[in-house]
Amino acid sequence: MGYRRRIKPDYQLIAELIKPGTKVLDLGCGDGSMLANLIKEKGVSGIGVDSFPDGLDHCLAKGLAVLQLDLNKGLAGFRNQSFDYVVLNMTLQSIYQPLKLLKEMVRVGKQAIVGFPNFGHWKLIFELLTTQRMPKTKTLPYEWYDTPNIRLLTIKDFRLLCRDCGVEIIKEKYLNEAGAIIGGPLLNWRAVEGVFLVKAAE
Amino acid sequence: MVISGANDLVVKQEFQLAGIKLSSGQDFGPLVVAYETYGQLAPARDNAILIFHALSGDAHVAGRYAPTDKKPGWWDSLVGRGKAFDTDKYFIICANVLGGCQGSTGPSSINPQTQRPYGLDFPLITIKDMVNVQVALLDQLGIERLQAAVGGSMGGMLALQLAVDWPERVANIIAVATAARVSAQNIAFNEVGRRAILSNPHDGLAIARMIGHITYLSDDLMREKFGRKTADRQSFAANFNDPQFAVESYLQYKGAAFTERFDANSYLYITKAIDLFNLADDGGGNLEQALAKSRSRFLVVHFSSDWLFPEYQALEIVKAIMNNNGHVSYRAIDSSYGHDAFLLESDQLGTIITSFLAGAK
Repeated sequence: MGYRRRIKPDYQLIAELIKPGTKVLDLGCGDGSMLANLIKEKGVSGIGVDSFPDGLDHCLAKGLAVLQLDLNKGLAGFRNQSFDYVVLNMTLQSIYQPLKLLKEMVRVGKQAIVGFPNFGHWKLIFELLTTQRMPKTKTLPYEWYDTPNIRLLTIKDFRLLCRDCGVEIIKEKYLNEAGAIIGGPLLNWRAVEGVFLVKAAE
Repeated sequence: MVISGANDLVVKQEFQLAGIKLSSGQDFGPLVVAYETYGQLAPARDNAILIFHALSGDAHVAGRYAPTDKKPGWWDSLVGRGKAFDTDKYFIICANVLGGCQGSTGPSSINPQTQRPYGLDFPLITIKDMVNVQVALLDQLGIERLQAAVGGSMGGMLALQLAVDWPERVANIIAVATAARVSAQNIAFNEVGRRAILSNPHDGLAIARMIGHITYLSDDLMREKFGRKTADRQSFAANFNDPQFAVESYLQYKGAAFTERFDANSYLYITKAIDLFNLADDGGGNLEQALAKSRSRFLVVHFSSDWLFPEYQALEIVKAIMNNNGHVSYRAIDSSYGHDAFLLESDQLGTIITSFLAGAK
């Protein structure tokens, strides 16, 4: 998967969750667009992490500090609570051990922001029901055999995961296909993506 | 004399230094520093990049001395017009290290007191001493602050040491295939090389170089390049002098060629300096505290098949800087060339360096 193929319509939403002047670790930073914006608009200091060389070189050219690390190996060497926020945007579903990484995120970050595609969206379920095939969408455009998205989850799944592994949900936001925030009923069905602000439970 | 463009002819220059105080406390001098420069120093004197060479390298980083030279300098793929270290933009400096044998004062230089080569009377030198000599060269050239200091292998150690000892003098550090301190395994190989030299300087130096070359390659590359191919040899008599396998001829050739251009005593002194190098010493044994003295932005580069300088050593540097809230980037290049990759993977390395320098503005 090329880093450019990851669609991230929710930079703005994530930026709104981050307080100015804080320290941010952006996991799966891609070409660094979001991190560069956070630095410019919010005055944060930050480090990006990714494993795709092209994206990392774009980050370097933007003057960003970036590390080429495999998130599947966790965040060994990162100190406890050494960042105000650890962000993982649209990457959780491609991590081999998402539970381990989530725990690492709330260890290293005072807070963590996780954005992920909601596999419980009605269109996906409808497609699965009617075609009897694994659904494909703009955010999940792959065949089942070549998808990097190996850990598909729903919004409800993520809430339960947090409850079961000692992660406290501080805020949760939902986005529609256009990347706009939505509220109201049946969010589990209507949200294309969920963005959660979480921290380690006391 | 300033020559523009690495494809043009270059001239080795010399700088005379009255003396320096070595890490050991000893005053040592006078000294000669052989160096080369490429490109033009900007009127503001702010576009200089200092490149540090590795164990067996020299000041001849790029270009040719004469049109008939078979090979250009050792990093010609990265230094020159339009290359990563673009000589249209930057003023590139590379000097032979103290203790070397390619023009700078080393064990093969004449001791003015005895009018004979120093040999083993040459004082013990450290990476710090090598750096201090080159800072004196920067003073001579009127360069207050480097745009960047760069090095691979031992050269990376010099770059890191410069960042810690002279924080105001360098804006960016590029440390490639290197470590803040070498491993026991690395020291072990160096020690075998030194033992060989001490038992017979000429043949020993060839053996030391053969060992070196083994550690610079990877198993994958050796399998691909040599496999079990046999050398050009007819009989199967018990002959232990002529090479049986292609890998043997390669190593014997490299070993013999090295004795033509390198001084055995320099090899002893420089490998000892590498072994003794421990950046953590500048932080009371704590690497983080040592690197906290630096004010530079860092780029650390590792090659996947480099088992002489493994990834954990690169990450040790990265994490120490990160934990100091310093600016550090890390790139791991996928390569089968082993440690030698820092001389060979110029496409990938060049892109990374170009990007990093562009972002340094």
